[in-house]
Amino acid sequence: MKTISLQEAVRLIPDGASLMVGGFMAVGSPERLIDELVRQGKRDLTIVANDTARPGIGIGKLVSAGLLRKAIVSHIGLNPETRQQMIAAKIEVELGPQGTLIERVRCGGFGLAAVLTPTGVGTVVEQGKRKLDVGGKDYLLETALRADFALVQAFLADYLGNLSYALTARNFNPVIAMAADTVIVTADHIVPVGVIAPDHVATPAPVVDYVVANN
Amino acid sequence: MEPQNLIARRIAQELRSGMLVNLGIGIPTLVANYVPAGVNVFFQSENGLIGTGPVPEPGLTQPLLTDAGGQPVTALPGACAFDSAMSFGLIRGGHLDMTVLGGLQVDEQGRLANWMIPGKMVPGMGGAMDLVTGAKRVVVAMQHTARGKPKIVRQCSLPLTSARPVDLVVTELAVISFAACRATLVETAPGVKVGDVLTQTEAKLCVPDHVPNMTL
Repeated sequence: MKTISLQEAVRLIPDGASLMVGGFMAVGSPERLIDELVRQGKRDLTIVANDTARPGIGIGKLVSAGLLRKAIVSHIGLNPETRQQMIAAKIEVELGPQGTLIERVRCGGFGLAAVLTPTGVGTVVEQGKRKLDVGGKDYLLETALRADFALVQAFLADYLGNLSYALTARNFNPVIAMAADTVIVTADHIVPVGVIAPDHVATPAPVVDYVVANN
Repeated sequence: MEPQNLIARRIAQELRSGMLVNLGIGIPTLVANYVPAGVNVFFQSENGLIGTGPVPEPGLTQPLLTDAGGQPVTALPGACAFDSAMSFGLIRGGHLDMTVLGGLQVDEQGRLANWMIPGKMVPGMGGAMDLVTGAKRVVVAMQHTARGKPKIVRQCSLPLTSARPVDLVVTELAVISFAACRATLVETAPGVKVGDVLTQTEAKLCVPDHVPNMTL
């Protein structure tokens, strides 16, 4: 793990990159990294995330700034700008069930090619997917997702990069931290090694590439 | 009583102590206001919380403690927080005793459509498909009709949420059970006649000889 400035961290991300972004309706989203993506004007980004939040918060800022080419998410209902850009064909939106989406990300980080889930069987979600009978019941084969970068928001990060999370700001964060080539973390608090007890580390330091320094 | 509150109050009677329950947005959220005295349930919020409590008093909000709509909530003693994979493991894995969801249409076999109106409303399914597929009991809270048109229909014209049929539908007019995939009128709301329900329902309903009123 290296510490890095906010500006340097976002400079690592090229136009066209795929990003997994933590947060659920922007709670637990890496707002500083998002603001810097907007400031540096990164383009044609693909995001994998739970939702596109609302205009003005979290991933909603990336939508408003027109930085996204594709969004793989489970919900866009609270962001009318995502809908407008989808209708105008400015953003490609791939909607999937939330539990399937997070399992696809988990597969990506855990060395699994795909997961078999009952969710979506008999609905439009099964279009274009393989359906397998296991033990007399149908399941959809949902393939693993990975990304170039994971933008993770932790509650605590220690000097080595061990992470812990708080309350409902946890959501996608520990799962995406496993599923990207480069993992960049912002934390509410950067603390000495040992402050996070070994039992309370949710993301082990070796998977973290960069912790963004405080201002 | 307002239709929404009547529906929520009737559904609250389905709660039993020790249940793990997920409430959707809209009318389902109101169910938490009518938990019968002495019944202790755990409410799950799919953004990663069991033990969701009421909206905090002004000045006591915690920005990292929210419901699935991103609104501040409290956590009750015994609450626990977890990531999205665990949250949907609970939902899909058969650990959730009951989910209460809104509905756009329910068909004769109890199949629910509640996540999109093609060309009009495409919010995304969020957790709805996992909830209907995985919860032990699925209860739908909805108005009986929309702009005068029945919502309990022969066949859903809107995209389905799951192939798995729901267990119970509660409207401001009636309680309809879908045990064994047959729509059965089990209760009517106070002051509502069986005939009133039938004229506002497109699906064929089984009507027992005696249909009691909801007790609220």
